Amino acid sequence: MTVYIIRRLLYTVPIVVGVLLLTFFLFSVVGGDISQQIAGKNADAETIAEIRHEYGFDKPLFWSLDSQFIDHFRKALTFNFGRALDREKISDKILRGVGPSLSLTVPMFLGTLVLSISLALMVAFVRGSWLDVAAVVLCVAGMSIPYLSFIIYGQYIFAYKLGMFPIMYMPEESLLTSLALPVLIGIAAGLGGNLRFYRTIVLDEMRSDYVRTAFAKGLSTSKVLFKHVLKNALIPIITSVVLSIPYLFLGSLLLERFFGIPGLGSLMIEAIASRDFFIINAMTFIFSLLIVVFTLLTDICYAWADPRIKLE
Amino acid sequence: MPGPTRESNSNNSSLQPGAEEHIPPGRSLWADGIRRLRKQRLAMVCFWIVVFYLGLAAFEWIAEVRKWESPAFIRWNEIVGPSYQKPMVPYEWTTADGKTEIRREWMGTDFMGRSTFRRALYGAKTSITVALFASLISLAIGVPLGAAAGYFRGWLDELIIWLISTLSTIPYLLLLMAFAVVLRDKTVFGLELRGITSVYLAMGLTSWVGICRLIRGEFIKRKESEYVLAARATGCSNTRIIFSHLLPNVFHIIIIDLSLRFVHFIHAEVILSFLGLGETDKPSWGAMIDAARAELARDVWWEMTAATIAIFLLSLALNLFGDALRDCLDPKLRVD
Repeated sequence: MTVYIIRRLLYTVPIVVGVLLLTFFLFSVVGGDISQQIAGKNADAETIAEIRHEYGFDKPLFWSLDSQFIDHFRKALTFNFGRALDREKISDKILRGVGPSLSLTVPMFLGTLVLSISLALMVAFVRGSWLDVAAVVLCVAGMSIPYLSFIIYGQYIFAYKLGMFPIMYMPEESLLTSLALPVLIGIAAGLGGNLRFYRTIVLDEMRSDYVRTAFAKGLSTSKVLFKHVLKNALIPIITSVVLSIPYLFLGSLLLERFFGIPGLGSLMIEAIASRDFFIINAMTFIFSLLIVVFTLLTDICYAWADPRIKLE
Repeated sequence: MPGPTRESNSNNSSLQPGAEEHIPPGRSLWADGIRRLRKQRLAMVCFWIVVFYLGLAAFEWIAEVRKWESPAFIRWNEIVGPSYQKPMVPYEWTTADGKTEIRREWMGTDFMGRSTFRRALYGAKTSITVALFASLISLAIGVPLGAAAGYFRGWLDELIIWLISTLSTIPYLLLLMAFAVVLRDKTVFGLELRGITSVYLAMGLTSWVGICRLIRGEFIKRKESEYVLAARATGCSNTRIIFSHLLPNVFHIIIIDLSLRFVHFIHAEVILSFLGLGETDKPSWGAMIDAARAELARDVWWEMTAATIAIFLLSLALNLFGDALRDCLDPKLRVD
């Protein structure tokens, strides 16, 4: 087991290096020197030179002990990403955004999960009938509506027209009232794809031999579904749940933007609007690292649960 | 179209006379799949909807290149009425030559008084161009890499796997935005990346991982099969085995993947437009939805609705058709 964990840990090194190489190539080689853009259109040469020095654009790209390449790796591996274009420390900005993002995405994720799994089990009851077909077509229809339309219509109808919810996030109000609408919209928008995914998992499980045996010995459909199928379907479900945890930290770009929630999604949108490569770079690295860690955890849990994997 | 089980009646000549009446002619993978597809009404309706959209996009494109002035619906830039005219409500309008007439615009007008309907039609060209080029780029990267990795294995495979795992470690939306924001307004090899060029370049460069993985898996599975062995025994080169034996046999996988990926590209265009990284001077569905953000507060709902319906119909048709295509050509491929 220890050998497996060590080997698996070593395997993450090239991936982290790969992410750093890619972001370096993207932001420093292709993106390049953005001091002109930081300084503004009417800046004189002196200001630009100052900014170039401050952000390290005057250093050589590669062959030097003090190159931008080395800088890029040092910054990332020490988690010291420096300052954003508005002079605030990037790590402060990110830490501040995690709370609001999680308070939006966690209820959204749990709601979607519970709702889509219970609906998937219900659909499995009527599998093969016209109800099943209708459910699948409805799922696909839901997936075909752009995410932005869900948000804009939801906000317009329920907050603006009917006044059932506040239009924007208000820090002084309770979380329940100000986050209820974005969470509900997020659940509605994600339901189609998730329901279809879980329906496939449940129906795949229904084709197994042990399900046929269970039916053959005279168990009722509900007994088979809840006592046998659900238990076995939990393995792929838990995998997908664990692997979605990093994305919860990332927040929801569009929902946060529309409801003015000061999370990481909003931070990302601000960074894009001001072309702040430093923030985008830091976010990309941190979230790739989170995904690497969670993938590693899933693999180790698998190996722990299933001894065959270690031998591969 | 090529298929693995291409057989014809001429093969029966070696059989005993009279035996051919009992042997039905063989059907290729594609003939068989299309035959099954034709029986599905819903899939065929979806197919014709997709064809309609593609035709519309092609027509708008030709009309723009040849600078056609008619039919009226291609003149998306023409001012046809006062700004924010409601759909189907008659209004009085004085045209440029001084004639006053009663008109009605059946999807209303935008803030400059241009027809929402014509803009939505033109949006089909923008969106489909983006999705088409993005698909071509991702195929041009993903298929050769996947084929090489699966066929040659060894260090090449390790290298490509490393590339794939690196790219798929970065959350897709972050990766896409990073590419789009960096490539925007850049000049690469004398080509200025403005508007949608940077959009489809970013999408294409980031989305080849899925198809690469699929093709690699198929190649690993198929390179041990008998027809490849037979080809090698007769002295075919690696290039020939890959291009004329293996690739035609995984072609249906590429088509299926493409039909489902197209939808993602169209939806991604909307998000990038909303972030200010999309098309700027011509209508696109993303730009229309983006504009609606400010308009809805004034109860202008038609521009938003026109764009949403346009996207919804195309996505629904592509999704349903893609699923049906997959079921007909390769039922084993179900990996929701």
